[in-house]
Amino acid sequence: MAMAEFVLITGRTAKQGAALSRGKDSSEYRQATGFVQMSREDRECLGVEEGRRVRLRTVFGEAELELREGDVPPGMLFVPLGPAANTLIAADTQGTGMPDSKGLVVEVELI
Amino acid sequence: MLGIINGEVYDPQNGINGEIRDIWIKDGKIVSADEVERAEAEIIDATGLVVMPGGVDIHSHIVGAKVNAGRKFRPEDHRDHVRTRTTLTRSGSGYTVPTTYMTGYMYAEMGYTTVMEAATAPLVARHTHEELEDTPILDKGVFITMGNNHFIMDCIRKGEREKARDYVAWLLGASKGYAIKIVNPGGVENWKWGRNVEEVDDEVIGFGVTPRQIVSTLAWINDELKLPHVPHIHAINLGQVGNARTTVEMMEALEGRRAHFCHLQFLSYGGKPGKRLRSGAAEVARAVNEHPNITVDVGQVIFGPATTMTSDGPLQYRLHQLTGDKWLNDDVEGETGGGVVPMQYKRKNPFNAVQWLIGLELFLLIDDPWRVYLTTDHPNAGPFFRYPQVIKLLMDRDYRAEVCEGLHPRAKKGALLPELDREYSLYEIAIITRAGTARALGLKNKGHLGVGADADVTIYAKLDDKEEMFARPHYVLKGGEVVVRDGQLVRELPGRTLYVAPPYDPGIERDLRAHFEECYTISFDNYPVAPEYLPHGEVVPCS
Amino acid sequence: MIVGNVVCPFCGCLCDDIVVTVEDNRITAVEKACTSGRSLFLNVHTQTAKPTVDGKEVEWAEAVDVAARILTDAANPLIYGLSSTASEAQRKAIALADLLGATIDSTSSVCHGPTTIGIQVEGEPTCTLGEIKHRADLLVFWGCNPAESHQRHFARYSVLAKGKLTPGGRRDRTMVVVDVRPTLSTRRADVFLQVRPGHDFELLNALRALLKGQDLDVDQVGGVEVARLQDLVERMKSCRFGVIFFGMGVTQTGGKHLNVAELVALVAELNAYTRFTAMPMRGHGNVAGADCTLTWQTGYPFAVNFARGYPQYNPGEFTAVDVLARGETDAALIIASDPVAHFPRRAAQRLAQIPTIVLDPEMSLTAQVARVVLPTAFYGVNAAGTAYRMDNVPLPLKKVVDSSQPTDEQVLDWIIEKVKTCSA
Repeated sequence: MAMAEFVLITGRTAKQGAALSRGKDSSEYRQATGFVQMSREDRECLGVEEGRRVRLRTVFGEAELELREGDVPPGMLFVPLGPAANTLIAADTQGTGMPDSKGLVVEVELI
Repeated sequence: MLGIINGEVYDPQNGINGEIRDIWIKDGKIVSADEVERAEAEIIDATGLVVMPGGVDIHSHIVGAKVNAGRKFRPEDHRDHVRTRTTLTRSGSGYTVPTTYMTGYMYAEMGYTTVMEAATAPLVARHTHEELEDTPILDKGVFITMGNNHFIMDCIRKGEREKARDYVAWLLGASKGYAIKIVNPGGVENWKWGRNVEEVDDEVIGFGVTPRQIVSTLAWINDELKLPHVPHIHAINLGQVGNARTTVEMMEALEGRRAHFCHLQFLSYGGKPGKRLRSGAAEVARAVNEHPNITVDVGQVIFGPATTMTSDGPLQYRLHQLTGDKWLNDDVEGETGGGVVPMQYKRKNPFNAVQWLIGLELFLLIDDPWRVYLTTDHPNAGPFFRYPQVIKLLMDRDYRAEVCEGLHPRAKKGALLPELDREYSLYEIAIITRAGTARALGLKNKGHLGVGADADVTIYAKLDDKEEMFARPHYVLKGGEVVVRDGQLVRELPGRTLYVAPPYDPGIERDLRAHFEECYTISFDNYPVAPEYLPHGEVVPCS
Repeated sequence: MIVGNVVCPFCGCLCDDIVVTVEDNRITAVEKACTSGRSLFLNVHTQTAKPTVDGKEVEWAEAVDVAARILTDAANPLIYGLSSTASEAQRKAIALADLLGATIDSTSSVCHGPTTIGIQVEGEPTCTLGEIKHRADLLVFWGCNPAESHQRHFARYSVLAKGKLTPGGRRDRTMVVVDVRPTLSTRRADVFLQVRPGHDFELLNALRALLKGQDLDVDQVGGVEVARLQDLVERMKSCRFGVIFFGMGVTQTGGKHLNVAELVALVAELNAYTRFTAMPMRGHGNVAGADCTLTWQTGYPFAVNFARGYPQYNPGEFTAVDVLARGETDAALIIASDPVAHFPRRAAQRLAQIPTIVLDPEMSLTAQVARVVLPTAFYGVNAAGTAYRMDNVPLPLKKVVDSSQPTDEQVLDWIIEKVKTCSA
């Protein structure tokens, strides 16, 4: 069980956008929002293959996602906007109305 | 049916100057006494009260993209100025940029029943009409900015003024506008290059036309189309020291064609560019007196908070640099631009004090009250609900002297105002706030109480303090319905939106399709404002 | 039947050149739209759906009655969403909030709410998209990824568009992207500045310092070499017409509204050298309209509360995530948005604990936890209405196929009438 700390970025993707109209119960939407992107360096360093399920944990919550290699800088993870991303972000908005959706510290655990 | 009896009536359009008269109303119109069954009519006893037509504002920024941008970026303007919801009315907020419902209520409570929105870019006219529909009670119209329009400037360069005429007719119908508005002709286009125009014969970059050509062509078009109003002109160099010269040159450039010059105070600045501001009111008032083809409104400065907002992009940037306050700019593709900057007018600021003096000097130096109208260019020189203070300044010489006392000493030195003894009468106030403005706008059923007029009536207590008198009328009737009774708003009605639909050669649409393909980011078909946006719209005929 | 010049209501681009083929009241083909727009048009269903209360189908009158009662009984109701409905419905929703003394907030609060706060501090030098198309020779995309989120933005308005002063399209423009990671957009850029997450403010501040001619005594800021920042400043000063488009990489990261205020200050200062503008990349089709309608009716674009009988504004106090996460909201009306799918968990959970009413054409995740579900027509596909593009240009949404569902506007009217009789 490997553990490592990363910076989490959430955001929109074209697939997630298109899948919205297929319905949130659709397999397209689940697939479009149910993965985490990690750099090749980090993936190799952790010794984990693509397609593995991993658990992401922040101080606010945790989510299980499929690991994919992606073009992100080492040390960063990207998760598309969606139900999984929401479990990881803070409800505290520090007086702005906007939760901290980008730049959170996140732990990755292999399962 | 309704009768207002024994009132002291001021109806300048019909030559009635304070005579005791009865006014009869049926089906929203003024009728003659024999058309009314007295036994069935509601009677308002106006004994000892002053009766006037409902106020008609010829120039105010109350709705649309710029006003809303001003609301959005000035929460500090609204926080302490709120209106609570009642069972009859909506809540609202805002001091210099009040919300739409609140704007309608406040104008009505001040005895105004018709207000013209002074500038809308046609590209965003749909927005303006949505807001107008949420502005209750008032009858309204919108002026459409055309002084920096690419299609028009192209036509002028190519000498195709008939094509420009057809385009203007199409554009007014498509945007459901009421009049041609010209803002800093050519200067707003040049601002898109970081520049401006300074002289009436300066060139507009990329078009090879001049402010003079733009203004004279649009004045010709206005006459050709027989529009009810005249071209409504915000001249070049607004706010610049020494602009009185170019303002007079702009009047002369019209070569006798009719036009309205708005917020003239901002355009009557003497002195040398770059030096201290002096009043140019005498020079500009003389030009107005000599040009019977010209009407003007003043844009009187009110000391206190204001929000400057114009289509004059370069002016707004200059104000931002001057005050250091936040700056909103909005260039609109192929049509115009705009900006918003908060402002505070202070008695002790010599520039502001001279601005204040210039406005009043214009009122007092322009001889014919039928050609000079009361505005504050709301909210540029101050909020509209301070009109009653301006009325008091015009009617009360002693009050004027009292306010003058508090001005910055440098502003008072050599000022003309203390020498001017003229005091406006109630009859003249009725001209500059309703009869004259309605006439200038070509609104035949507004601004008077003759048979056939819209039954928009305001009834004031006759008080010595004219500010108090005009701030809170006892009764206001809109279209024959009592909306204010005993100084309280008692009824909310929708107001109408007045617009023109002049005929044009439909062949123009082929040219326009090509123009839209090339110049716009929206399609020709999605541009016109459909009639559904104006459920209370009414076409005012051109003749 | 082929319908042209259809406005796609998916994102803030509001592309108005979509061609839709309709056969037997079904959309069978969509041309010109991006993948998100296509998917939207092709997946709108036209079958009749009945409202439900506690999962059981009921008549409209009964559903409206229950909804009105929930809202009138609540001490602190929330009306939220608005970004994917027409401005006609938004205006009604605000009227209802006024009537109820409710809190009303739009999805702006979780996308460009910080932009509004930043604008309220520093202003907003902006323009319509046509000005970018025709004039801009320098395009900076900061914390946004239009290649995925606003797929036709490049072609219609910015990078690839051929305009009057930019007849060569792409080759007449320089494209700069600032982001924390490579994206489909950064791959199209001439210059890509990869900023470390959370360092946008420092980068903007450094650009302002360099613009003022100040020396920086560091080699890099936020992971970007100072020499590259100096290069960007020179490009900015010397361009003909520049723009910074910015997205949630600016508003959702540390600093939030302060980042936007700094960005606006930079853009305003650049106008001493050339013309420069800024524009937020508004996400949902009519989220800009929600800002507009709320502003003209209340004075404020989001985070509004009517509990005192007049509008009050305070992000953090009256924003949806906060009132839900703090447990203050005791009933919610969600219009055309899906907070359960997009809010932090604690805020989303609250919606399942309280009576929630949903107005939406889709069976959203929020609808699945709601007490009352009111399935409405889809604006821009089966109902006409108005939407505001990301540059606040209003466009008419068309009805291309019929639907037996009422519109959001109609249903809100019914609820308003019912609330008035309930409280009378």
